[in-house]
Amino acid sequence: MTLFRIVFKSLRQHLLSTAVTALSLALAVGLLMTVWVVKEQSHATFTNVTAGFDAVLGARGSKLQLVLNAIFHLEASPGNIRWSDYQFIRKNRAVQLAVPLAVGDNYRGYRLVGTETSLFNHAYDGDKTYEVLPGGRIFEDGYKEAVVGSFAARRLGLKVGDKFNPYHGLIFDEEARHADVYIVVGVLKPTNTPADRVIWIPIQGLQTMAGHDPKAATDVSAVLVKLRAPTAGFMLDQMYNKQGDKMTFAFPIGAVMSQLFDKIGWFDKVLEAVAYLVALVAIGSILASIYNSMNERRRDIAIMRALGARRATVFSAVVLEAGAIASLGVLIGFAFYAVIMSMAANLIRQQTGAVLEPFVWHKVMLWAPLGMIALGALAGVVPAFKAYRTHVAEHLAPVS
Amino acid sequence: MPLLEIANLIKAYPSPEGGTHTVVDVPEFSLGEARQVGLRGESGSGKTTFLNLIAGILKPDSGHIFIDGKAMSDLGEPERDRLRATTIGYIFQTFNLLQGFTCLENVLLGMSFGPGADRDFATALLKRVGLESRLNHYPRQLSTGQQQRVAVARALANRPKLVLADEPTGNLDPRNSRESLQLIREACRENGAALLLVSHDQPVLDQFEDVHALHDVNRAALQPGEAGA
Repeated sequence: MTLFRIVFKSLRQHLLSTAVTALSLALAVGLLMTVWVVKEQSHATFTNVTAGFDAVLGARGSKLQLVLNAIFHLEASPGNIRWSDYQFIRKNRAVQLAVPLAVGDNYRGYRLVGTETSLFNHAYDGDKTYEVLPGGRIFEDGYKEAVVGSFAARRLGLKVGDKFNPYHGLIFDEEARHADVYIVVGVLKPTNTPADRVIWIPIQGLQTMAGHDPKAATDVSAVLVKLRAPTAGFMLDQMYNKQGDKMTFAFPIGAVMSQLFDKIGWFDKVLEAVAYLVALVAIGSILASIYNSMNERRRDIAIMRALGARRATVFSAVVLEAGAIASLGVLIGFAFYAVIMSMAANLIRQQTGAVLEPFVWHKVMLWAPLGMIALGALAGVVPAFKAYRTHVAEHLAPVS
Repeated sequence: MPLLEIANLIKAYPSPEGGTHTVVDVPEFSLGEARQVGLRGESGSGKTTFLNLIAGILKPDSGHIFIDGKAMSDLGEPERDRLRATTIGYIFQTFNLLQGFTCLENVLLGMSFGPGADRDFATALLKRVGLESRLNHYPRQLSTGQQQRVAVARALANRPKLVLADEPTGNLDPRNSRESLQLIREACRENGAALLLVSHDQPVLDQFEDVHALHDVNRAALQPGEAGA
């Protein structure tokens, strides 16, 4: 009969407290891993999503708001710029490609983005370009046609041939229905980018939608800019941001997004603190559950000692038991992580279009479980010391 | 040389009135290999303390205990634990079986701190005490007499040279008591173990050829009829 067998027997004898303690530890491990993976993956994802562009030009205001609006299709546009401003940057020799965007309408909460077909010929990530599912095509400029992102199509149930009326504004309001009718001519293949949550239409359509201000009929909300060389970005930054005062040039996009994480860094800290606190409580529960059962275990310990077990043996058995509960908790913790993280990733994708990968290796998946097992075993030291000091002769008689 | 030899053994506890109260004061005592001796002891005669001292569970204040030539009182605690695990079998009045372990596991546990678990021998011992059909039963599923037999099997599991039995029949009815004692004595004989049994039960002691009154051995024990005995 090995030490492990003795520990296994004890775990089984205290099945309820073992299960409850292991579950609380599992929750802590799952939460710890989720917080870290969400934090680091979202940081990496949000600072890497650029839709294949280097910069965004828009109305004077916050660079962050401009990027969130033009790249992530979140937030309201900080304002419009004139069509001539778009033409001006498009013709700049440092600019390889400039694509105008116009926003301001939605269909059942999914925003309509007006753009030009050149967007779809451009690689949005490495050499990946937008593709439509078989049976569809990209819209033609000047027509009331729409190409729907994969996620929006799935959620709205839109398919090629469907018709819909856009609604005014970025927030769905049934009263604000436009008279214009658009036909879906294509559904994009999934890109795992914010583009999946958008309904794309020709820019003229959005600019001239019935009910929109005719004076803004040629304005654009933002211009996505691809530079011939990244260094040109600093020149344009100087031109628009420092010398000019009418527009904002958000460059580089990743650096602008990093500002967001700097601003919400405190929130990360709060989440981390909560996760640490839950871990601490879970470790404490191991200590409490074993410690509280020591009185009933003392007779068993005394019997084992009377049979020849050394103090070190009973000490090791208790520490091993604490470690075993922690290990069990860690195993269940991975299942908790899979559930919590999948839910978090799904929610983030729905809200932002950013795709997090719950099952990609991250170093927290090593240090959090190992740390919890080590701390769990350490928590066993206090009751183990009590076991170590058990007076054999005093506890051999039954407690009555 | 005797298997067990005791000289000038003293054990005292602090008394509630202050000072100390001597519980064991044995000038000399010995037990030869494979011998079977009964000690008659009333409640409060220090019999459990005496056996615990021999088993190395308690450390004497002074004096010497030699077991199989080794001076128990000179050994450190780990060495005493080791000696107990390999040389001594202990049968308690309350059996002291681990409730979370089956009969077989209780016996295997007795071996695991000593020479190591031997499943075949443990099974053979349980068969010998008539529990071959109860190997995987838990103590709570057994009668008192059956639990006692598991305790006997466990005490013999590490092939001890000395078996200590502290009122082993105290919780049994007369019939079970008689059968159980017979079993303990036979099993010790078959395994070549010496037996030192303490009891206050005269019919039990009547079965021994060699019986001593504990108060003759332990000067600190109260004489029969003394107040508080």
